[in-house]
Amino acid sequence: MRDGTETIIGFARTVRAAGGPADTERVQAMLGALDHLDVLDPADVYWAGRFTLCADPEDIARYDRCFAAYFGGRTARSGRRVPPPAVRRHMVVPSPRTSAGEERATDVRLATASGVEVLRNRDVAKLNAAERAEVNRLIALLAAAAEQRRSRRFEPAAGGRLDPARTIREVLRRGGEISALRHRAHRTRPRRVVLLIDVSGSMSPYADALLRFAHAAARAGGRGVEVFSAGTRLTRLTRELRHRDPDTAMAAASAAIPDWSGGTRLGEELREFLDRFGQRGLARGAVVVIASDGWERGDAGLLGAQMARLHRLAHRVVWANPHKARPGYEPLAAGMAAALPYIDDFTSGHSLGALEDLARLIGGAPSAAKPPPTRSGGRGGSSPLEERSANARRA
Amino acid sequence: MTRIAANGAPEVESGIESPGDLQRLLDEQAYLADEGLATAGFLALRMRRPLFLEGEAGVGKTALAKALAAVLGAPLIRLQCYEGLDAAQALYDWDFPRQLLHLRAAEAAGVADVDRLEGELYDRRFLLARPLLQALETVPSVLLVDEIDRADDEFEAFLLEVLSDFTISVPELGTVRAEVPPVVVVTSNRTREVHDALKRRCLYHWLEHPSYEREVAIIRRRLPGAAERLASQVARAAQQLRAQPAGGALLKPPGVAESLDWTEALVALGARELDPATAAVTLGAVLKYREDQERVVKNGLAALIDGG
Repeated sequence: MRDGTETIIGFARTVRAAGGPADTERVQAMLGALDHLDVLDPADVYWAGRFTLCADPEDIARYDRCFAAYFGGRTARSGRRVPPPAVRRHMVVPSPRTSAGEERATDVRLATASGVEVLRNRDVAKLNAAERAEVNRLIALLAAAAEQRRSRRFEPAAGGRLDPARTIREVLRRGGEISALRHRAHRTRPRRVVLLIDVSGSMSPYADALLRFAHAAARAGGRGVEVFSAGTRLTRLTRELRHRDPDTAMAAASAAIPDWSGGTRLGEELREFLDRFGQRGLARGAVVVIASDGWERGDAGLLGAQMARLHRLAHRVVWANPHKARPGYEPLAAGMAAALPYIDDFTSGHSLGALEDLARLIGGAPSAAKPPPTRSGGRGGSSPLEERSANARRA
Repeated sequence: MTRIAANGAPEVESGIESPGDLQRLLDEQAYLADEGLATAGFLALRMRRPLFLEGEAGVGKTALAKALAAVLGAPLIRLQCYEGLDAAQALYDWDFPRQLLHLRAAEAAGVADVDRLEGELYDRRFLLARPLLQALETVPSVLLVDEIDRADDEFEAFLLEVLSDFTISVPELGTVRAEVPPVVVVTSNRTREVHDALKRRCLYHWLEHPSYEREVAIIRRRLPGAAERLASQVARAAQQLRAQPAGGALLKPPGVAESLDWTEALVALGARELDPATAAVTLGAVLKYREDQERVVKNGLAALIDGG
């Protein structure tokens, strides 16, 4: 069994090197499982590992590859045959070393309030490296907390329903005298926030800032925030963006995105998102943010139909289109036009200030931006957009 | 302190020596498990490690727990998860009205010793066992934690505590420990990522839709009244609906549960085989979205039946 154990540990190492969740506890579990099975039967070894070294349907394909590589023909001793995937950095990630000297240098340049104010309204696509670093630092501080909803859980309250547990404890403390009734009320919790970020070619100047925004939101909102990238393939980035450090998280996210700067098939992506995640519950009652320019290469009708589905599931749909900030912008792109009727809030997200605004929108506060050309009135006014989305909701 | 008298694993389990044995016993309960699922179930029994089942709705996750309970002759204790599920609904709760009555009675009898009164008040007889505590106190038992993804983080935290050492501590009473841990089946539809720590405690299995042959066998096994031709036609149609039909994937492709519902509906109508007319009137048993029904009808029900 000793050799068998070594073989299994080597295999687990292969799975871990390939990115599988093969930690010590899981390897112990696999060995424990094999105690009850036939260690010489490849099928038994396969299943024992699959139940213990996988945690996701996505892990299974990788596990199968590792299994075939490790046990198929070459029974490797060392188990280090599968090299860890190289992290490809598709985008310019600013130096993670924010040494004191550098920091001070940027601070000197941008310390004045007006400097930050100017930067706040600059299009992120047109920043130089130092300005970009400063904006990235400020984006990391944005805490996009979601708006609240009523939870099913209770908390002590001054009035409301009777709280028997606390009442009894109080009675007991007073030796059986019922002197005061305790009450409880429903707690409020933040809604789930789902961010879908278009990383196609036409969005590439903004994708970095938007992903950083998503990271800041995920850091602030914990497990209630889900992030996906869209382009030609839908990729779930929630796990990658869980790193504390923005640059590490960005490197992990960019390594995970297979379709960086490709085309856009937003309708199909959105359908995949709804089929695999949204309809099952991820989008239900959530604030869904789509960051895209709406330049759909595929069928705009499909995008419209999927937006209608999304709108039925989500609590609110926010669309951030960086091109919206350009003077004279009209939502003429076929995809954008098809999506408009199903959008609750339409914003830009092209600059730091616009991202702050987006954070406010996620939190349920009205946009602070001056009404854009497409929305003559403010919130609550009867802009064409709002009229259309109201009609869509009625329909 | 509540202790459960228990003398080792139930006898039925000693008869299960290999995954094949379990497969055969499940088959007797009209549950057809493939090799992977039988192995997973076998390990869950032997290792007493919770089985974490994920897969599309209707692939037989919940049905497995029921079949396992039937195989073991053990009661199935089910905990349906939902958001806000708390300890009072999942673990235990104190019977407050009875406690109050007891207090008043003690007062009337002139009992003034607060310590004694407290001891009486937090007695096992005033404790209401909710599913998790019930499962620890019942030997043998099968605990089904259904749709864990619907519960929230707080619930996962105390479920993890229960599943890691099969004990529940009641502060006022002591620790309740399962002498023989229950067989635990946790199911998830993946609407939410369940915490890694919880998954690590479990054997993870992803359930796929069955192959055509297996689906025919399942329908025949579960609904002996269905004609063989009808069963194979329904299975073929279900396989087609799961694959990409013309016009893109369906909003909700049917699971085995829907195939069974559909066959049952057809049998109830006295159909010996599937034809476009009977399919049209029973489509609601297999497709639960108007858009899906419209698309399938538009593509022609005949195509679905012929296997075209």
